[in-house]
Amino acid sequence: MDYCSPSTCDLASKQWPLGEREKPRTLADVRYEGRTVFDQLERLLPFVSKPVQYVGGELNSVVKDWESADVRWALMYPDAYEVGLPNQGVQILYEVINERSDALAERTYSVWPDLEELMRDNQVPQFTVDAHRAVGDFDVFGLSFSTELGYTNMLTALDLAGIPILAQDRDDESPIVIAGGHAAFNPEPVARFVDAAVLGDGEQAALDITDCIAGWKAEGAPDGRKELLVRLAAIEGVYVPSFYDVEYLPDGRIHRVAPNSQGDAPWRVAKRTVMDLDEWPYPKAPLVPLAETVHERSSVEIFRGCTRGCRFCQAGMITRPVRERSVDTVGQMIASGLEKTGFDEVGLLSLSSADHSEIGPMAKQLADRYEGTNTSLSLPSTRVDAFNVTLANELTRNGRRSGLTFAPEGGSERIRRVINKTVSKEDLIRTVTAAYGAGWRQVKLYFMCGLPTETDEDVLEIAELAREVIRSGREASGRRDIRCTVSIGGFVPKPHTPFQWAAQLGWEETDARLLKLRNAIRNDKEVGKAIGFRYHDGRPGIVEGLLSRGDRRTGLLIEQVWRDGARFDGWSEHFSFDRWMSAADKAFADLPIDVDWYTTREREESEVLAWDHLDSGLDRDWLWEDWLEALDENEVDDCRWTPCFDCGVCDQLGTEIQIGPTGRQLLPLTVVN
Amino acid sequence: MARQSRDPGREYIAPVAKVRIQYAKRGRLRFSSHRDFQRAFERALRRAGVPMAYSAGFRPHPKISYANAAPTGVASEAEYIEIGLAAPRDVAELRAELDSAMPPGLDIVDAVLAGDPDESGDLVSRLQGSVWQFVFPEVSQETLQSAIDKFLAQEVVEVDRKTKSGIKKFDARGPLRKVEVSLNPAQAPQCAILTVVAQHGTPSVRPDDVLAALRQVADLVPPVPVQVTRLAQGQLAADARTVSDPLAPDRAGSDQKSLDTSTTASQS
Repeated sequence: MDYCSPSTCDLASKQWPLGEREKPRTLADVRYEGRTVFDQLERLLPFVSKPVQYVGGELNSVVKDWESADVRWALMYPDAYEVGLPNQGVQILYEVINERSDALAERTYSVWPDLEELMRDNQVPQFTVDAHRAVGDFDVFGLSFSTELGYTNMLTALDLAGIPILAQDRDDESPIVIAGGHAAFNPEPVARFVDAAVLGDGEQAALDITDCIAGWKAEGAPDGRKELLVRLAAIEGVYVPSFYDVEYLPDGRIHRVAPNSQGDAPWRVAKRTVMDLDEWPYPKAPLVPLAETVHERSSVEIFRGCTRGCRFCQAGMITRPVRERSVDTVGQMIASGLEKTGFDEVGLLSLSSADHSEIGPMAKQLADRYEGTNTSLSLPSTRVDAFNVTLANELTRNGRRSGLTFAPEGGSERIRRVINKTVSKEDLIRTVTAAYGAGWRQVKLYFMCGLPTETDEDVLEIAELAREVIRSGREASGRRDIRCTVSIGGFVPKPHTPFQWAAQLGWEETDARLLKLRNAIRNDKEVGKAIGFRYHDGRPGIVEGLLSRGDRRTGLLIEQVWRDGARFDGWSEHFSFDRWMSAADKAFADLPIDVDWYTTREREESEVLAWDHLDSGLDRDWLWEDWLEALDENEVDDCRWTPCFDCGVCDQLGTEIQIGPTGRQLLPLTVVN
Repeated sequence: MARQSRDPGREYIAPVAKVRIQYAKRGRLRFSSHRDFQRAFERALRRAGVPMAYSAGFRPHPKISYANAAPTGVASEAEYIEIGLAAPRDVAELRAELDSAMPPGLDIVDAVLAGDPDESGDLVSRLQGSVWQFVFPEVSQETLQSAIDKFLAQEVVEVDRKTKSGIKKFDARGPLRKVEVSLNPAQAPQCAILTVVAQHGTPSVRPDDVLAALRQVADLVPPVPVQVTRLAQGQLAADARTVSDPLAPDRAGSDQKSLDTSTTASQS
């Protein structure tokens, strides 16, 4: 394998360093050729918790004849079914692929350790929930990563599928393993394990990949896997890590990342962007699970992208430009989603839903349409803005007003200028007070701890803020039983953001700062009992930070910690910080790097970042300038309403902002029930 | 700012009719729990556009009474629920629409208009016993019969059952009214079948209790999970060896209504 010609570490010749490679599992030796493995699985189900999550049969799920399809996808959200099933990305691709007559897509999720153990003992392979086919039988194994904490679950799934966990060990029998989702904007930590990564919107990319594989198979699969990867690398937005070499400097920094002679890959891979979301109204028939899941509702993405410019927010940076769905398309998607699912709740999703140019009319028309139907409409957490309270009031006209969520993110006005989430303290109090006045009983406020330049004082201002919120809320509502919940977690710097160079705050400092805040809130006799305090301790954030800004060497750690037993790292009852740290000691033993090097170290402008060859459209110079602006506590505006400030996305990718108002209306519709 | 009035919540809508429904839980969907069924059923009501009566309050709930659900992992041909309608609806159509709105495997078998409660009583009181069928793959008829003989030789077989308040002792022998071992010729030769009629109580004996009892008295440990199906629920016959259709009194009532004015049809 031509990984690189590194000067300090030789990953290519680095056999699994910490003991012998395990022998190939017998799971890999069996081929099922698309046959169901349900009979084998069924015998195990009486012994596991919540067996219904493994049986499939969801309303709107699709089972196609194996032989009818030229290209077969197994799609995975690498977390438990209850989290993975509602994932919009997987549901969209599932429909887009299954609409083609020459392709099929089935879904698979992470199995809990109780079933994993039984599957290993009984030689039952990783299976799809649709037709219970073996994942190893498919042409493509596509994984959607919203978070880096799913990486170890990918290794479990590969291993249970009988697919070699290292890309270099796979032959023509193995599916092509493709990563997508937001975390795939820096796929370098999983470069050892995936054959390819898709950057950006997946709808068209998945179809192009399907075409590519169909064509290659029709030709008789010339030159096997290698040729297929060469062809895939030619598709816009597809990155094939094995076609790039990484060279390192003696001090551990990256010297350069360059295409090698293996493929004819471009120097930089640019993300895919779907323009005109009205043409892509997916999911049309959302999946309705039998098992209980985290979101039991029909969700409609009302726009994609965000130009608010919050500097910590990777999602906002990598999904530019803003592309709105029109009111009538949103209305149709909601009506069809409700009709096909029977859900009684609709979520209007986006990164900042109140920013849709026609959200006012949209909310009013939807509220009119569903008045008296026991259908509830909701917006996810919103920016601090009085208009949001008006919207939330409209959507809950005749329903329950329980809780409303705002995300000021930073405790002090100063730190809010640093992160470009500008809202004054007065505005915040006024907004929240309006919510209590309108009958909302509980307000949730989201914050982060460990933001660049942050001090204890910035965070302690949160206690001050919460106190004033309760005081003026009691006055406005005339009740004493109102509550405010402060929810706070550690900030993790992410690639492709202005904070990609920033030092992450160490977990000890994060925990100490959060403890001070907790005490400040609890010790307040007057309002302490009305304020809930929820926090996430700093340690999982360090592992997330390590994986977010990791490089190919981080893959050694992921493999090590997985072999040491890491599973379900997003779940506190399964996550072990100590296991990660001791695995890091082993994996990085011969390298001039450690966990701090990846996390709490600030980078300089000249340093080559592991993801610099992956193009989110954002101009690197613009990101650096914005980082300097952050340190100077300067804000930038939203380019939807002010002139372009040259972040680079529209120019470089040939895209444009697509917003209204269009003046379009909900189309008339006969609503049943 | 003056205190604003909160939303009044929805008014109580009294049901104009009650419909009693028999459903089955089949195949892989036997692994759905009762809560899973409830969610699926409430969504199916919405998809099928059933005019449901709702409870009052801030979070109105459709009027549905669930009775006596079979445990997770156990299949059933005979589960019963009762729903309250806010407007009349043809029962046969309603059954068909609900069935097509439910995932295959959770199947609506029958639906009848509830009879006059003064005449025919409520549904729950008619569910006096269950017929359970246990299929033992890879267990011979002789093995099972000998285990059953040991079991029947005792008057009381106490088994442990996990409850919310810890492990409780529970008699799995007493409530069994009929116990029969057979062999299904359609199955492999090594596949014995046990059929029992169990009288309901508080709490009712469950299939797991019977299996635990057989393990306890006869060391019967099936090599492959036993497949259990509830075949029927209803009123226990006089000899307590069979159960009758619990919806029959409602059917009889509605027959009578339609026949009242015309003839003196038999009511047997």
